[in-house]
Amino acid sequence: MNNCEYQQIEPLSLPNPTPPPRPAAVEEEEEKARRKWEVFPGKNRFYCDGRFIVAQQSGVLPLTLGLILVTTVLFFVFDCPFLVKHLTVFIPAIGGVLFVFAVISLLQTSFTDPGILPRATPDEAAYIEKQIDNSGSSTYQPPPRTKEVVINQQVVKLKYCFTCKMFRPPRTSHCSLCDNCVERFDHHCPWVGNCVGKRNYRFFYTFIVSLSFLTAFIFGCVATHLALRAQGGRGLIFALQESPLVICFLSVWSILGLSGFHTYLVASNLTTNEDIKGSWSGKSEAEDTGNPYSYNNILTNCCSVLCGPMPPSLIDRRGFVPVEQSSQTVSMEMVLPMPAAKEIKVVGGPTPSQLPPSRALQVPSSPLPATPLSLTGRPQFSCLF
Amino acid sequence: MFHNLQELRQSPSLATKVFIQRDYSEGTVCRFQIKFPSELGSRIERTLFEDTVKTLNTYYAEAEKVGGQSYMEGCLACATAYFIFLCMETRYEKVLKKISGYIQEQNEKIYAPRGLLLTDPVERGMRVIEVSVFEDRGSSGSSPSSNVSSGISQR
Repeated sequence: MNNCEYQQIEPLSLPNPTPPPRPAAVEEEEEKARRKWEVFPGKNRFYCDGRFIVAQQSGVLPLTLGLILVTTVLFFVFDCPFLVKHLTVFIPAIGGVLFVFAVISLLQTSFTDPGILPRATPDEAAYIEKQIDNSGSSTYQPPPRTKEVVINQQVVKLKYCFTCKMFRPPRTSHCSLCDNCVERFDHHCPWVGNCVGKRNYRFFYTFIVSLSFLTAFIFGCVATHLALRAQGGRGLIFALQESPLVICFLSVWSILGLSGFHTYLVASNLTTNEDIKGSWSGKSEAEDTGNPYSYNNILTNCCSVLCGPMPPSLIDRRGFVPVEQSSQTVSMEMVLPMPAAKEIKVVGGPTPSQLPPSRALQVPSSPLPATPLSLTGRPQFSCLF
Repeated sequence: MFHNLQELRQSPSLATKVFIQRDYSEGTVCRFQIKFPSELGSRIERTLFEDTVKTLNTYYAEAEKVGGQSYMEGCLACATAYFIFLCMETRYEKVLKKISGYIQEQNEKIYAPRGLLLTDPVERGMRVIEVSVFEDRGSSGSSPSSNVSSGISQR
């Protein structure tokens, strides 16, 4: 080890929290401090400096938004004036509220982290590998990587995810489109352009329920309008006026069906993934395999799924990437004390937003290796530059 | 064998890392196994370590408790089209902050003097409690001063 790294550390001892004389290499790192979303290994895209997350292919989301918008605008333009005059002024009000709810919950479903699990750090992956190897024998091919746990007297197999290098927690599944493990994975919804998982399931449910009400409402209103007018018409204007009717008629059945299906899932605390795979239907096991996560009470299930506590995002998109060293040394994020030791925050908890230059305070005690590793477990060559 | 946080900071030499895994016996709630890992055998008393993990489990159970307050929070959030999350900190986040403070306190008082360091599970996706085990130095020669080179030169 040469002496230059000691110079890097010396400024830390200064009581002044912004040490001016720093070597050029460290300065370069500070200027290029990257947020974690920039080095995220999954196939997601991020907007507004990591505030919003969507899947790689958000292709159909504009179509969904466009359809809802066009249908509702046509409804307001062509049907509301007539209905307000002949029925009640509440009709556009109700339509407006439902529309706002549907669009907001759609956007929240699309732009919220569904519950992505960050990939295992290299140390963690190595530790797990060691445990797997220890338990297997070297004389025959090791069994597929599964681990059994008992949950509420039910045996559940946890699979090892080769991409994320960890045993997936129960109810977690790896989405191949987004290349992430997602907690309580329900499904990947192309209409919404994102996975539906633990953190955004309630938004998704609100979206499909409000959309069913909206389409049913528009369908009903336009049909009423037609019936009240009792006039046949022809031409482009007529077709345009009645197109909400057609769109809603075509879509209301599928949306209502989807809402009904998800209401059943919510009431039995199941995910689409589990339902499709038949994990708990007990068809092949010939054992008593009920759902171990269900509270066996419809109301409790609904409340826990829809009104349960909102867990925070685990991927910390807007945190800064720390410069991780090789396993011989440790790098800790610290708040530089005004020399009082009680200010030292060694834990390296969620990077507070008020500490952007916190990386500057790390303790590199060896020269930067060629492949510094970030929390995502992949060599991040870019951190060197 | 005396270490303190500053000494760890100045002359870190990581021996190994131990990972405490999640305990799924009660479902998907966040809970860590209270099993005492053998790698820590000589470094810390079993009861101290188990108490730390039990306290953490209690905190997580409090964060994830489905009860009156979480229902109100959920219903209020739904009624405001979830915009309330922009201005209000959820109960979960509040408890996570408490946990962060607790881990820091435990590190300062109990783990750093024994050459260990706990990492907040939230930094590891709530999957593991990472315990960094530092080399056990026989001497406590390096004083916790600002001169680092004396600490590093011991390697």
